[in-house]
Amino acid sequence: MPAKGWIEVSDTYCKGCELCISACPQEVMELDMTRLTPKGYHPAHTFKDGCTGCAICALVCPDAAITVYREITKAVPTPVGA
Amino acid sequence: MVATNANNLVYERPEGFTDTPTHYCPGCTHGVAHRLIAEVLEEMDLIDRTIGVAPVGCSVFAYNYFDTDFVEAPHGRAPAMATGIKRVLPDRIVFTYQGDGDLASIGMGEIVHAAARGENLTVIFINNANYGMTGGQMAPTTLPGMKTTSSPNGRDVETQGFPIRMAEMLSTLDGVGYCVRRSLHDPKNIRLAKKAIRTAFETQARGLGFSMVELLSTCPTNWGMTPVDSLKFVEQHMVPAFPLGDYKVAAGVAQIKI
Amino acid sequence: MPRELWKGNEAIAEASVRAGLDAYFGYPITPQTEILEYLSKRMPELGRAFVQAESELGAINMVYGAACAGVRVMSTSSSPGVSLMMEGLSYIQGTEVPAVLVNVMRGGPGLGNIAPSQADYNQAVHGGGHGDYHNIVLAPASVQEAIDLTVMSFDLAEKYRTICMVILDGSVGQMMEPAKMPEMRPMQRANWDWATDGRMGKRPRRILSSIYLDPIEEEKLNLRLLSRWKTIQRDEVRYKEYFLDDAEFVIVGFGTAGRVALSAVRQARAKGIKVGLLRPITVSPFPFEAIEQLVGRVSGFLVTEMNSGQMLEDVRLAVKGRVPVEFYGRMGGVVPFTEEILHEIERIASSKLSVDVDPREAWLERMAQAV
Repeated sequence: MPAKGWIEVSDTYCKGCELCISACPQEVMELDMTRLTPKGYHPAHTFKDGCTGCAICALVCPDAAITVYREITKAVPTPVGA
Repeated sequence: MVATNANNLVYERPEGFTDTPTHYCPGCTHGVAHRLIAEVLEEMDLIDRTIGVAPVGCSVFAYNYFDTDFVEAPHGRAPAMATGIKRVLPDRIVFTYQGDGDLASIGMGEIVHAAARGENLTVIFINNANYGMTGGQMAPTTLPGMKTTSSPNGRDVETQGFPIRMAEMLSTLDGVGYCVRRSLHDPKNIRLAKKAIRTAFETQARGLGFSMVELLSTCPTNWGMTPVDSLKFVEQHMVPAFPLGDYKVAAGVAQIKI
Repeated sequence: MPRELWKGNEAIAEASVRAGLDAYFGYPITPQTEILEYLSKRMPELGRAFVQAESELGAINMVYGAACAGVRVMSTSSSPGVSLMMEGLSYIQGTEVPAVLVNVMRGGPGLGNIAPSQADYNQAVHGGGHGDYHNIVLAPASVQEAIDLTVMSFDLAEKYRTICMVILDGSVGQMMEPAKMPEMRPMQRANWDWATDGRMGKRPRRILSSIYLDPIEEEKLNLRLLSRWKTIQRDEVRYKEYFLDDAEFVIVGFGTAGRVALSAVRQARAKGIKVGLLRPITVSPFPFEAIEQLVGRVSGFLVTEMNSGQMLEDVRLAVKGRVPVEFYGRMGGVVPFTEEILHEIERIASSKLSVDVDPREAWLERMAQAV
């Protein structure tokens, strides 16, 4: 069973560049066309289940806008870049 | 959903960053390079004794984003300023962050001689094949045939010369401890880039000489592409012209385990 | 300390070491190279930083970096090299960090020659680099003064977070004279509250930059620099007076031109001519007030320089047309003889001067006959 994860995308930093969307291996991300950030961008978000907390979205994010969490099952998650 | 707490955390914005959102265009890989540096400084516990040297170019305001001391150099002179700082504060970590116009054109003298002297500095070199800040003019690294605002018909090598491969060029100098080229166009390469940045700072921390990481980067706005297409351009056109690899890894650096 | 025989350039080098020079960055150029050579040996033996840079551009930006780190730092060069440093000077002033730059001037423009000259007065005093700033500029006329002013230049630079330049011509740099060195100051870094020397667990980060993207902020910097400059003008003017008490007219000359003029004044005095000499030590800030005091009681001024009359303009600005101002200069690396200036003194003493004569035009006419 794949790990269950979730992300938080900061409206302060996200510029809606879509790099996370194309990089997401689970294809669970898109721009949230119903919202605008204070800077006027549609922010990225997960639109369906399937996030594994792999953190690839955070790895490619140029604005360090994404915080990644993963449900603890047995193994300690491997931090990004390690 | 499980409660969000530190135990669940896989990734968060590095402490080496300030709270300031960057001024970079959406999708610009400057932000990725910045983030990797901040992560490495945090992991090595160096934020407290690092002094950065910002260039002139898009990253002129780099000093706003790192929670370290910073100075802002004249165009191309960052390696000279960094030399001045490092020579009087040898126990500090000093790095420059320079673009291709800054480092490979107007600052060619400064970078070559800082490397030749083996200044114990780290240089992060962003190669995105154009002058971003001034609106996308031809840079020393612009690819043959590539259109820019000052090579509107495409760079004609007959009259405008050939791209300069800095990592290869500097690797011939004996003062260089570590000199590599990486790319920021996909997750795998970003991981490799981070490891190289870590190795470069380790090189400096151990006094093993000049270290430089050249990073192939994007400029979606001036290239006239989406951020995603820009990454494809790097993979398809820039990597073949600027091959990724380790151009100089001195014996002492090769022993560093990360 | 006893008096010893010192060559001007080496005296400047040793004086800077004794003043606590922490780092030196330079590039070889005649006629100042002895400073670089001397420090290449002296600095490393004291464990201090020395780098022979790849160019004057490199050197001044190394100075800029070390100045931001908060240490006593200096570069030295000669005219063409100083031109290359103008970018760095502007940035250093825009960042408000202290640095010392010595210019051993030579004939110009362009490559010119390596003979003594004062042709860089305007560059040092009235600008050089881009933007709105002023340098403190000290002009020694002897080896002893070169030592004393070099030491003073560090204190002034740090007091006002500015560039302090020492300008001398190649003859002061190359001549040997008996002079007294100061005691070695103990090396102690100042720990400035503005220096980017690493947070080191003690404080929030610092940024040193010359960027003020918002014009209102840039104007605030300009006003701050100007306000500081007005303090410098008020408190730091220095000059030497010779035979001024009963002088009927006064020579104004700095550096070697002032020194040659002093010999001429002494000879003129022996002949009974009541002439005096005002020799600016700080050519910037310029001693306007000292000239103002003289205007009321002398019949005129003679400005002597080794250029085409650059300080002449400042003297005229001080005199404001109230009494005649005459000029005598030699250029291109030619040092005037005492006899030439004595001849000028005698000419002025025996003729009726007019405020309506353009001093430079009149000088050129006399030069045309002489040269």
